[in-house]
Amino acid sequence: MSAAVSTILHAAGETAADVVIVGGGIMGAATAFFLRQRGLSVVMLERDMVGQHASGVNFGNVRRQGRFLPQLPLANRSREIWGRLPELIGEDAEFLPTGHLRVAFRPEDVAKQEQYARDARAYGLDLELLSGNALRARFPFVSPEAMAGSFSPLDGHANPRLAAPAFGRAARRAGAIVHEGAEVVSIAKGAEDFRVETKGGGRFRAPNVQVSAGAWARAFVNAFGEEVPLRPIGPQMGVTEPAPYRIAPVLGITTSVPEETVYARQVARGNIVFGGSVRGPASLETRRATLDPLNTLRQRRYVARLLPAVTKLRIIRTWSGVEGYMDDDIPVMGPSARVPGLFYAFGFCGHGFQLGPGVGATMAELIATGSPGVPIDPFHITRFKGAPTTKETPP
Amino acid sequence: MAGQFQRVDERNRSTVRLEIDRVPVTALAGDTLMVAILTNTGQLRASEFGDGARAGFCLMGACQDCWVWNEEGERLRACSTTVAEGMRILTREAPWPSPA
Amino acid sequence: MAEPGMSQPGMSQPGMSQPGMSQPGMSQTGMSQTGMSQPGIVVIGAGPAGIRAAARLAEAGLCPVLIEEGERDGGQIYRRQPPNFSRPPEALYGAEAAKATALHRDFEALRERIDYRPGTLAWAIRDQAVLTVRGARTESLPFRALIIAAGATDRIMPVPGWTLPGVYSLGGAQIALKAQACAIGARPVFMGTGPLLYLVAWQYAKAGVAVQAVLDTTPFATRLAALRDLAARPSVLLRGMRYVLALRRRGIRLATGITPVAVEGEGGIVALRWRDKAGAEQRSECDAVGLGYGLRSETQLADLAKCRFAYDPVARQWLPELDEDGRSSVAGVYLAGDGAMVRGADAAELAGRLAACAALADLGQPPPATEIADLRRALRPMNRFRRGLEAGFPWPAQLAAGLPDETIVCRCEAITAGELRRAATDLDAPEVNRAKAFSRVGMGRCQGRMCGLAGAEIFAAARGVPIEEAGRLRGAAPVKPLPMIEEPGP
Repeated sequence: MSAAVSTILHAAGETAADVVIVGGGIMGAATAFFLRQRGLSVVMLERDMVGQHASGVNFGNVRRQGRFLPQLPLANRSREIWGRLPELIGEDAEFLPTGHLRVAFRPEDVAKQEQYARDARAYGLDLELLSGNALRARFPFVSPEAMAGSFSPLDGHANPRLAAPAFGRAARRAGAIVHEGAEVVSIAKGAEDFRVETKGGGRFRAPNVQVSAGAWARAFVNAFGEEVPLRPIGPQMGVTEPAPYRIAPVLGITTSVPEETVYARQVARGNIVFGGSVRGPASLETRRATLDPLNTLRQRRYVARLLPAVTKLRIIRTWSGVEGYMDDDIPVMGPSARVPGLFYAFGFCGHGFQLGPGVGATMAELIATGSPGVPIDPFHITRFKGAPTTKETPP
Repeated sequence: MAGQFQRVDERNRSTVRLEIDRVPVTALAGDTLMVAILTNTGQLRASEFGDGARAGFCLMGACQDCWVWNEEGERLRACSTTVAEGMRILTREAPWPSPA
Repeated sequence: MAEPGMSQPGMSQPGMSQPGMSQPGMSQTGMSQTGMSQPGIVVIGAGPAGIRAAARLAEAGLCPVLIEEGERDGGQIYRRQPPNFSRPPEALYGAEAAKATALHRDFEALRERIDYRPGTLAWAIRDQAVLTVRGARTESLPFRALIIAAGATDRIMPVPGWTLPGVYSLGGAQIALKAQACAIGARPVFMGTGPLLYLVAWQYAKAGVAVQAVLDTTPFATRLAALRDLAARPSVLLRGMRYVLALRRRGIRLATGITPVAVEGEGGIVALRWRDKAGAEQRSECDAVGLGYGLRSETQLADLAKCRFAYDPVARQWLPELDEDGRSSVAGVYLAGDGAMVRGADAAELAGRLAACAALADLGQPPPATEIADLRRALRPMNRFRRGLEAGFPWPAQLAAGLPDETIVCRCEAITAGELRRAATDLDAPEVNRAKAFSRVGMGRCQGRMCGLAGAEIFAAARGVPIEEAGRLRGAAPVKPLPMIEEPGP
């Protein structure tokens, strides 16, 4: 176990800290790490294991291109941290800045890529646009049907099974108290501090609480009289056997047709990881999302259109997990609208992995200084005032 | 290199011609691809991770350590594939990604 | 290839509910399903258990689908040689020739009465349906009852050098001989423990192969102590003793209580190093090694069917929870044969039939009570014999802790014992699935078939916890590498 930081008081079985973080995914773990960098004492409470759910089962994209434009400052901050992981947390989580390539198959999608490249430049993201022939000359493995491509040279990918746990261990080494298997059953705001209790009878007190409980965040938000349209969804992921490592960039598609939205990457060991096109159900109760094996077959046509050579390989494993999606596909991040000292970072809609380190740095700065350092207003929970209640889980 | 496997019986079968790493060899009708290769040479494939050659392990389709490539860029599990005339097998290189 | 689905699997029972068929977007997964109104009865595996199960269902007037991954029936134990081979059954199956021949004959009589699908892999189970693939064709087979008879594979403890060309599982060594008339090398050593160790060595010697040594990790005294339970099946026990005597008469070196050290070689094998029972290092020159420590059940499909598992202290493996007749914790899913519990081929034939009887009873076509009672009674000595086998030829779990860090554990991903230990200790993985996520042990093509049991022992030893606390690797589809096939159109 880690050594407790001297500023943390132990009185009457209650552990006090500057911040209690509820939920140890990549958001919580990175926040814990950066709070310690700022000298605040931290307790992180994770019901299962750090990074086990959405943070551990996602595709592993470290991608900025294609994001909601106002999210780019946060994504840029995060990308800078990804490049410094070894010096910060002592391991690289297999981050490879291989570039990210999105291809387009229709004229209107080519136009969309051109527009996005123009808009993104203002946010400091430079994209290379490649016409069909130039695309094939540089990336001969992409589909001959592709009309154009947009290449983001500094994006890349990392291993989601490693990143969040690495942040959790680094936070612990830096003095954070990290409890796994600690299910939070109540958070109550007293006159000054929040009191947090776990199922095993653990009691914690802090003037600040961050809810970064992913798909499970809604119950905590509701307890403080706020509402969010958050629902659990299971990504449908698969991986092939290894083949020679010859596909450097992460591959994606620019399209407005949801079924066509697939993505693939080759890890340095040779396997092709793929996902997209279809989504599956996920359960907050069982904390599992069962992959529908037929979805693996349904993805084939679109993955093969992106990367024809993948059809020669065999699929060796599939998986899913519980991810939290917002109705507007934008996360909730920032202070509560109602309760001082309460902060949110959840609902990253399947695209939070790249943002994780940046979210941690930003939330830590916000909690420590009152200012986030990068603009996060578009993600405030206030946008849901008077919003309709959440939808049911889709099939 | 000499073959790893040794035939002990059933030698009176018609022959099948195939190529292993572009070298013509013969096998016997009814051989698994694994036997066809390993009666001619000492390895089936190279480990993807640089730890050397492999030549299968379980022979019953469980361990998955005998997948080979053919020159067309297709994957064959050698222990559960019957050898066929004209097969062109690669045990040292992987033709991937093959030309579309 | 037959047109599957033209015949309705199972007997039609109008009015029965159709689980898994009426959910939107989930039916119509193959041409063969068009117009099919009734989920069928599916048996997976055409070995002794699966064949006897399918036969019993056919006796009751049903037409089960029998899925077999191999091209021929018989399972691994009674595996058939290709049609153009000519050795007689006695040469292939020795003392078991009569049983093998009977099973093959009965299957020939059965195959026209059932929906038999060889060369077909059951790669996933979802919503009361088995997903199969043959070539590039996939199908979804809804079932009312599913009998899984998936068999077993060798139980493997790694040894340094075990990934070298020329090292094979004992079962693999036997298949080379039985199904292909080949030896794994000209001068093999056989090492491990279990009845198969002596049987395979004897079969090789009989075939004229220059067996160099037969090395058993079990001390002789341990075997003696298990004799009482092994005597539950005296004829099997005596046969085993005869193999040992025959090997000794041929002057083949036999040693018990040995400790494996390493397979030596580069590209190919030159020797096996081991320590004798006194601890002195020995070196046996050879060009091949057959390796195995008993058998382990193939349980992936039961996992995908969501069967509940329990730790079995006899097998030191997590096994599906079953009642005496083979019912799993999931209604309509039954297990039989070595895939449920390793008791050997004779027990598998009985258990297959018994599981079919259980399914029939649950489907409202109860078989005669005496039949079930007789089958249960016949299986009881098999259970005692199983305990005797595990006690008399124990899985050498203690070797896991002593494996050098550089030893490859997961041959699919080339992950070493040291990397697994680091996941267990430095990275603090509390159970094997977490260790897999960190280290990739069990994540490769074989899905932990070869490394799972040894990996769990290495993990448990590294953390200093009992093996049952190491947990169980969760299964995932596909159970074996799946070609990139498309979902069939309606």
